[in-house]
Amino acid sequence: MSFSRKHLLGLENLEAKEIIEILNTAVPCKDIIKREIKKLPTLRGRSVVTLFFEPSTRTRISFELAAKRLGADTVSIAVNTSSVQKGENFVDTVKTIEALGADFIVLRHSVAGSPQLLAETVNCRVINAGDGAHEHPTQALLDLFTLRERCGEIAGLNVVIVGDIMHSRVAKSNIYGLLKLGAKVTVVGPPTLLPPGIEELGVRVMTNLDAALEEANVVNVLRIQKERQQKGLFPSLREYTRLYGLTKERLAGAPQDLIIMHPGPANLGVEISEEVATDPRSVISTQVTNGVAVRMALLYLMSGGENGDDLFN
Amino acid sequence: MGKIKALVMDEENIRRALYRLSHEITERNKGVENLILVGIRTRGVPLARRLADLIQQQEGVEIPVGVLDITFYRDDLSLLSPQPVVHRTEIPVRVNEKKVVLVDDVLYTGRTVRAALDALMDLGRPEAIQLAVLIDRGHRELPIRADFIGKNVPTSRREVVHVKLNEVDNEDNVVIEEQENGA
Repeated sequence: MSFSRKHLLGLENLEAKEIIEILNTAVPCKDIIKREIKKLPTLRGRSVVTLFFEPSTRTRISFELAAKRLGADTVSIAVNTSSVQKGENFVDTVKTIEALGADFIVLRHSVAGSPQLLAETVNCRVINAGDGAHEHPTQALLDLFTLRERCGEIAGLNVVIVGDIMHSRVAKSNIYGLLKLGAKVTVVGPPTLLPPGIEELGVRVMTNLDAALEEANVVNVLRIQKERQQKGLFPSLREYTRLYGLTKERLAGAPQDLIIMHPGPANLGVEISEEVATDPRSVISTQVTNGVAVRMALLYLMSGGENGDDLFN
Repeated sequence: MGKIKALVMDEENIRRALYRLSHEITERNKGVENLILVGIRTRGVPLARRLADLIQQQEGVEIPVGVLDITFYRDDLSLLSPQPVVHRTEIPVRVNEKKVVLVDDVLYTGRTVRAALDALMDLGRPEAIQLAVLIDRGHRELPIRADFIGKNVPTSRREVVHVKLNEVDNEDNVVIEEQENGA
């Protein structure tokens, strides 16, 4: 009964017990999405606006489904169809959305910190659906939920995150969440894609994936953004795959019960091979299902108001 | 919690009331065919389990017992902060074509039962839904009544009826308390 946040901007500032409350609430939410009538009256009459300044399919659809399962109305605004292209600035746009009656704004934006600006600008609830290289808290929450569902307990797990740690908001939110819940985290990638000082967060840093996998319980494979290669941060996709791609051959040397995760969409044959993505140890499609449950939990918990303030009046 | 004004039921009274309710349930339903008991969290659940045990002793048949969490269906969520904790609904059989006996500890405004009816309907189409409560304290705000009542207890709205059960509270009794600051 502790969750009283008005906004979810990241996991960095959440307490472990708040994360656990979201995960606990997601359990009955998952029951709802697995039953025949997948609809609740809980958020009837509320409006959830997804405002995406960057392309996304699964995160946006996942939020919209989560809102609809809870009975809320959803409006989806993609930047190329809105007035932003006519020169209306960010603040004007979000003020308009608020005036139209949004209770929640789910924001994705390429600029780190834009959810913070949004939260300071409007009165509605704000959920960060990914901001630049900063955070993607709901992805990390669904990863945590999936791990807890599989392993029962997150504390003590050895989690390897491999890929472009430097530019990955998924990696950052996962690191915050995993460490708060007591997991051990190792980040692996080419030295050019490892941010300097990352070990200060409390993670182990390695550049050899095979060595890192030896004692791993979980490997979370990050999507490699091809434009990074054009910027010269690594020599070629082929070399990346050879050193950091999760392949069947590489998996042979890893623990038999290793859990394989990927936030999607995967570049099959680059950071993960098709065989590995569909291996029984891969939980990639479970992650997608769990994303809806976790987002339902969040919308439910955040609809309660903040420290006694009456939200929907 | 307020000052205890009266002991309404002790352990023996609860045991006898449940014994009678278990008989009334099987009598009304002409046996136990297609019968399931569904307890509303929290204290409806141990009551449903006790009723199922009693029916099993009498009829020699094990009755499925389900657990219903009505939080998502409450009509006061927008007034609450923070939101109440949600638990799982766990019903071991499909409710379609079943006679469902909803079980709760106290029937008061009827709002919990309204929410429970909606929650059940979203799980399927029962043949019938009946309501069993240990205490009916009056003051209904909705057109809802119980089919099986352990004890009618006239109360004022300023009072709180507190059912305590061994499984949850480590004691078995029902007391009336005076609420400290009104309504």
